[in-house]
Amino acid sequence: METKVIFYILAAAIFGASVLAVSCRQAVHAALYFIVSLLGLAGLFFLLGAPLLAALEVILYAGAIMMLLLFVIMMLHTDRRDRELYRPPFWTVPVLLSLLCGAALVMLLARWPQAAELLPSAFFSPGQFGQVLFSRYWLAVELVSLLLFVALVGALYFGGREIKAARLQPGEGGDS
Amino acid sequence: MIVPFGHVLALGVLLFLTGACGAMVRRELIMVLIGVEVMLNAAVLVFVAAALHWGQVDGQIFALFIIAVAAAEVAVGLALVLAARNRTGAASRDQFSSLRG
Repeated sequence: METKVIFYILAAAIFGASVLAVSCRQAVHAALYFIVSLLGLAGLFFLLGAPLLAALEVILYAGAIMMLLLFVIMMLHTDRRDRELYRPPFWTVPVLLSLLCGAALVMLLARWPQAAELLPSAFFSPGQFGQVLFSRYWLAVELVSLLLFVALVGALYFGGREIKAARLQPGEGGDS
Repeated sequence: MIVPFGHVLALGVLLFLTGACGAMVRRELIMVLIGVEVMLNAAVLVFVAAALHWGQVDGQIFALFIIAVAAAEVAVGLALVLAARNRTGAASRDQFSSLRG
């Protein structure tokens, strides 16, 4: 009974924070609302028996990814707000299409017999998680490491070109 | 955990559609990225719920991979946003209309 109440409170908080994150006019506010949504999701993962993922959600997502996003927002310092956001003809079509899609999916879920089953209160320990991760999915781990390396090279390529351009800009010609 | 499986899936659907709306409606590139992040989080939530429902840890492992892919996507996406901004001075996605180098 307790966990049920906690689940619905967390679900309401996550949904509200996500809606605010998507619709907020200022980018910094949107990023902070998204961090609130991520913290709620971490609590929900803990409730759903994934303590390691809850910790990783806070450390990786809220800690690393969102800090990167916040720093880039501060670097861009866009003072202009999205003025055209709330003009009705611009957003009605996407929102209507999403509502239609969501209604269809929820109706489908209501008809599915497995959706009414109650979730068990199981718990996957980090040791269990790591054993399956590094035995059955070792190839996927290597692929993810390769992907992260490629992303690093790509980010350095774009960022490095930008630094070179900035260095060339003040003086004429530059040294290299 | 006494909540039905369908309620967690419904929360995932709502989150995913919220993110999709954000990615479609917003014009600043950063906000489009935040919408995509909300969508990825909805996918992670559905994977974790499925892992619990079927009692297998594989869903949680795929959730971990989704988080790693999101990190790579954000790194490259933000580098592209910065490069595009420095080249054209624009931050709205409608102003990037030419693919010339």
